Amino acid sequence: MTTASLRLALVGAPNTGKTSLFNSLTGSRQKVANYPGVTVERKSGGFVTPEGRSVTVLDLPGTYSLRGRSPDEEITRDIVLGRFDGEAVPDLMLCVADATNLRLTLRLVLELKRVGRPMMLVLNMIDIARRRGVTIDLDRMSQELGLPIVTSVAVRKGGVDELLKRTDEFLAKSHEAAASEWTTPTIADLKAAQREADRIIAAVVTLPTKPDTLTNRIDSVVLHPVWGLVILAVILFVMFQAVFTWAQPAMELLSDGFAALGQLIHDLMPAGWGLLQSFLQNGLISGVGSVIVFLPQIIIIFLFILLLEDFGYMARAAFLMDRIMGGAGLHGRAFIPLLSSFACAIPGIMATRVIDNRRDRLTTILIAPLMTCSARIPVYTLIISAFVPATTLWGFVNLQGLVMFGLYAAGITSALTVSAIAKFFLWRDHAPAPFMLELPDYKMPRLRSIAIGVFTRAKMFLYRAGTTILSMMVLIWFLASFPQAPAGAEGPAINYSFAAMIGHALEPLLRPIGFNWQIAVALIPGMAAREVAVAALGTVYSIEGGKEAADQIGQVLAQKWTLATALSLLVWYIFAPQCASTLAVIRRETGGAKWMVVTFIYMLALAYAASFLTFNLAQALGLH
Amino acid sequence: MTGDPDTSQDILHDIRLGHADRGFVGKIIRLDALVTGSSLSPQELEQRLVEMGFVEGARVEILHEGTIRRDPIAVRVDNITIALRRSEAMAVIVE
Repeated sequence: MTTASLRLALVGAPNTGKTSLFNSLTGSRQKVANYPGVTVERKSGGFVTPEGRSVTVLDLPGTYSLRGRSPDEEITRDIVLGRFDGEAVPDLMLCVADATNLRLTLRLVLELKRVGRPMMLVLNMIDIARRRGVTIDLDRMSQELGLPIVTSVAVRKGGVDELLKRTDEFLAKSHEAAASEWTTPTIADLKAAQREADRIIAAVVTLPTKPDTLTNRIDSVVLHPVWGLVILAVILFVMFQAVFTWAQPAMELLSDGFAALGQLIHDLMPAGWGLLQSFLQNGLISGVGSVIVFLPQIIIIFLFILLLEDFGYMARAAFLMDRIMGGAGLHGRAFIPLLSSFACAIPGIMATRVIDNRRDRLTTILIAPLMTCSARIPVYTLIISAFVPATTLWGFVNLQGLVMFGLYAAGITSALTVSAIAKFFLWRDHAPAPFMLELPDYKMPRLRSIAIGVFTRAKMFLYRAGTTILSMMVLIWFLASFPQAPAGAEGPAINYSFAAMIGHALEPLLRPIGFNWQIAVALIPGMAAREVAVAALGTVYSIEGGKEAADQIGQVLAQKWTLATALSLLVWYIFAPQCASTLAVIRRETGGAKWMVVTFIYMLALAYAASFLTFNLAQALGLH
Repeated sequence: MTGDPDTSQDILHDIRLGHADRGFVGKIIRLDALVTGSSLSPQELEQRLVEMGFVEGARVEILHEGTIRRDPIAVRVDNITIALRRSEAMAVIVE
């Protein structure tokens, strides 16, 4: 057969470094999409072998067996068996194993062998195994399994050279797939396969005389009933302080850059082109710029999440949180999706697929949007820096950072409360789902892999800024600029625009919670994406007050709003369902509009009630 | 909990992993998922335990316990560590 490019699929148990291997094979040549009809992430990429053959790689969801317990695992099973519509069966399967931990993977290998497709076993992390004194008789193992075996160190440069060479050798020969003998394994099959795997391991692997105790020593502190929780709290606190303080210099640089660019365009344009000038400077550059400014914060939050995941801490966090979250009716596994929701609720909601109990999963999806996602950061940052003084408390705590921490805490607390209520009212007679999770050995984070991960997320964010947010900005600018003020009209031009009409129409509804019509205008495009509201406020106020205002939205807000209004808007943002994409994902993930509507209504009701309380309380306290 | 008639040998030295304390070291004798506090069906629970490496003869050690009611537990099964709740660990009979 002379196909244009070889189709390779990576399959393996969780925690085997499969994703690192994928990153190291494909580098940044990756495409992340969804499998048709389901919301399982499809990661594909490509590379060229040393002999110049082009290869496409598919990173299949991790699984312990082909039983297909969750939608992810079903995808892996169906692609491996060649019965997934629209996805060609892979020419070669690379079964990735952690060389330091072969038991579970070898059983999977034995199961995969029954499928009869060409396969190669990749012993990843061989460097760690060797350093620990684990020796593996590769020839004997290859003989026992009847499979070619390659070793790799996905994280090191040159660590996949042998794999590339062997892929070339594989391609040079022709391969026939045998008929599949695979059937869903019974308990007896699983046990027999495990016994066979253990027999092979006993025959070919020599374990060191002194086992690795580093992981155990770290765990005795990190999983300590008291210190473990303290460490978790400290990690989260450092993470949020970092998001607020470390990103600051880069953000100021970006913000100054966009302001200068806007001014440059303004100066370059001939005087008569007022409308186009306004569009470019106020609509386009200041609008998109005000969102791109938050890129440093998004990079930092993903850096933390990916580092912790790679280090092996995420599973520990789930262990520590299982009972605590169980009190609120949540599964320990919900911790990772919920933590991801701090970056964005969309990957968080998609990550709930690791929870295989439907009701646990629904509860997690329901509350994921309450976690403070990075899109809220622009709004929080803007209002906090305008209304909260940057004083230092007790010598080391930044007051602005503390308020930010408080907003995050409020999000978490309300999420746990909603979950407890949902558990009580929706599924009272539901027994808790099981919690079973491998705690992988700690590993030094793989910097290149993390860099690729952060890069992919940053790209997604910029793509969104360049598409959804850009088009929203154009729309807002249009709404705020047309119809134009009649000649000789009094007051700012925006008072005559469509935006003002919509804002005024909504104002009576929002007045009890302290919002003026400008906020109402900003909330409309803010439905598409939360951070757009910042840019929208900038547009609304800068067009109203002249171009100088665009640079200093915060200062303008501090003059125009009372503290009560600012607090009310902050609280609104903790709860309000202001993200069309999140709602769309909920609909897709739950397979219907019902849960999307439930989420929208409960969040809107919470937002209105909480803002109403905050505003009236603040006014009663005299915070004007 | 242990009303099964053919498990008379339990009285001697067999215990359920879910009852063991931190520091416990033992060997898996068999799996018995019929009477546990788990929400999974006995068959599904047994299948999952086997998939995570809980098979007859494996050496187990309880390394860590959670904060609340000493639950969940982190169990070393041969050379991997699995976190699970005590209610599921009840299905693992050890000596």
